Amino acid sequence: MSAISSALSGRPYRRRTEAMRVIFSILFLLPALCAAQATIHVGSKRFTESYILGEIVTATVASAGEAQAVHRQGMGNTAIVFAALRAGVIDVYPEYTGTIAFELLRKRAAASLEDLNRELAPLGLGAAVRLGFNNTYALAMREARAAELGIGAVSDLKRVPELRIGLSQEFLNRRDGWPAMARAYGLAASPLGLDHGLAYEASASGQVDLIDVYSTDAKLAKYQLRVLTDDLGFFPKYDAVLLYRLDLPRRAPRTWEALIGLEGRISSRQMIAMNAEAELAGVPFSRVAEGFLSGSAARHLAAPGEGRTFISTLVGADFWRLTGQHLLLVFASLGLSIVAGVPLGIWAARSPRVSGWILGSVGMLQTIPSLALLAFLITLMDTIGTVPAIIALFLYALLPIVRSTSSGLADIAQPLRESAQALGLPGGARLRLIELPLAARSILAGIKTSAVINVGTATIAAFVGAGGYGERIVAGLAVNDNMMLLAGAVPAALMAIAMQLGFDVLDRWLIPAGLRHDARAGA
Amino acid sequence: MIRLEGACKTYRGSVALAPTTLTFAARQTSVLIGPSGCGKSTLLRLIVGLVTPDAGGVWVGGEELHKDNVERLRHGIGYVIQDGGLFPHLTAGENVALLARYLGRSRAWIEERMSRLVDLMRIPARLLERFPRELSGGQRQRVSLMRALMLDPPILLLDEPLGALDPVTRYELQDELKRVFAELAKTVVLVTHDMNEAAHFGDHIVLLRSGRVVQAGSFGEFLSHPAEDYVRDFIRAQRAAVPAAN
Repeated sequence: MSAISSALSGRPYRRRTEAMRVIFSILFLLPALCAAQATIHVGSKRFTESYILGEIVTATVASAGEAQAVHRQGMGNTAIVFAALRAGVIDVYPEYTGTIAFELLRKRAAASLEDLNRELAPLGLGAAVRLGFNNTYALAMREARAAELGIGAVSDLKRVPELRIGLSQEFLNRRDGWPAMARAYGLAASPLGLDHGLAYEASASGQVDLIDVYSTDAKLAKYQLRVLTDDLGFFPKYDAVLLYRLDLPRRAPRTWEALIGLEGRISSRQMIAMNAEAELAGVPFSRVAEGFLSGSAARHLAAPGEGRTFISTLVGADFWRLTGQHLLLVFASLGLSIVAGVPLGIWAARSPRVSGWILGSVGMLQTIPSLALLAFLITLMDTIGTVPAIIALFLYALLPIVRSTSSGLADIAQPLRESAQALGLPGGARLRLIELPLAARSILAGIKTSAVINVGTATIAAFVGAGGYGERIVAGLAVNDNMMLLAGAVPAALMAIAMQLGFDVLDRWLIPAGLRHDARAGA
Repeated sequence: MIRLEGACKTYRGSVALAPTTLTFAARQTSVLIGPSGCGKSTLLRLIVGLVTPDAGGVWVGGEELHKDNVERLRHGIGYVIQDGGLFPHLTAGENVALLARYLGRSRAWIEERMSRLVDLMRIPARLLERFPRELSGGQRQRVSLMRALMLDPPILLLDEPLGALDPVTRYELQDELKRVFAELAKTVVLVTHDMNEAAHFGDHIVLLRSGRVVQAGSFGEFLSHPAEDYVRDFIRAQRAAVPAAN
């Protein structure tokens, strides 16, 4: 996952900053001027707490008045944000000591901040400013279920190997995550990969018994979850700190001083409250951060949703941009798959020897998971965004079109095929005048299927920065915002229905009258 | 004139047509007759190039049929099959005009030709605006014959053209076709399994059995000098079957 995601979201930022650097060096030849215009980029990972801390850091940087502060929100998972920091795309981001030790430095045991810094220094990085709380991983169960099974600590899990466990991909795969934990506790269960944003709902609805949580998760109280005691002391400390580029204090000393001022300012309680403000009350991250910095944290709860309704989210400012992007993705890929799929279908129908190969290959394309295909295309083309997304959608749309074209042609009755031949029409004319019109119904059905499927599949394009309604779905998943998620899913579903209706109208135009079911009947 | 020289066809080891040498005289109606699977349709399809002979050859109007000239030679052949073979997505009129339009004949030429064929086939012109499925079986066969005759080809091949029709329409069309054949003086090869129909049309009858020609000649010769017992049996069986069928 992390390799894919880093391929998915790492590059554009680097590209953009590189381009910006070039422009900068051309426009501002004097280093003094350059310094006066300095920008400090703050990164964050794709979950609520990281967004909030990112906003707090950004606001703190801005308050120092030394540099412009830009927050690259929710860039991706640990690997991506860390890669961005090393590449200089961002200068600082909130991280956790345990993650630095196990995930980033590949250490086998917890280490002190000094030890970490010794190893980070060669990379040009440093970790400092303990914010004041420990957000460790923990396993949690519904209170009622835990009581029923008598489970209070992680060791108790050994007694109930049939538990259904749903874990986030990151926890499942990281060194200090499930594999090590299962070894330490001697657990044999095989967990299910589950998006962190969905885990609480899955647990609340009883689809999974056990999920991984962060000890500062906003929803722990809301969903009445029991956090299991880590009785073997497996989980190390995950103290929140700032991970930064070592040149930052030198480049922006006043800013750095302001950041040091954050040391010890945020308690676990405060963090849970801020997470709840953002996640449960829908207060924007920037407002939560503002509230914290002005000393009024957790007093915002009285303003749930900030007057945001589903409708206002649905037709938000980005609605037309997302609709346009979504339509572009769907129709550009559909156009390509018609242009390629119909000839492939004709070829398959004409030549039984290659037919198996063609249908087999386009069928196999369908079995490739969409994220894997996107990751592969990104590596292959060395770009992210609309182009790989359109190509992936194009490949998925091929099968219905190729198959319906080839079967539509193959299903033409032998006497009709021979009548066309016996008339003395050459192959091309037979295809154009007789065979394709006779297969029109089938071909159009295939195109319609592809179009409708494409509307749904196009939502994954948001993972590679191609926009569309998927942007809301991804954002909604990232911050546990169901309203945001629905504001993406609902218009996508409506577009699929509209597509279906549109094609029904198109059928009347494109299917020859003599072949339509509703043509006037009787002589 | 159509000639087969040792032409034969085998499908996956079963003989559809044994090596056959046969001539169909110009401006004459010949009938291919025999039981199902005797090879009569295969023989007809060899002439129009829908089937390529394994050995031997087929000559149409003095030219041997092969890949490169088959499309041109087909323009000199009208071909009608059992249920007409009309294209369902085109109206009857479009079916008739299809090839002429493809070959770039002028609108005036096409209209002239179609009105003549409407008269010949005695079909109401308004029926040409209908789609094939909106026509009766007999009307479809008339339209199909119009399509076959559109370019005024010297040769007409008909594969059981009346096979799918009810008896009344069938007898009506038998007379109609005989009149048209006589009027146009085409080289006609017609496939049927019905001896009465063969006797009705045929100046020249070819009886096939298991891919082999049993006898070729006039109906009178079939009666007076049957080549094998099978000829007599076939005629007798058909005669017996006719009253029962009606």
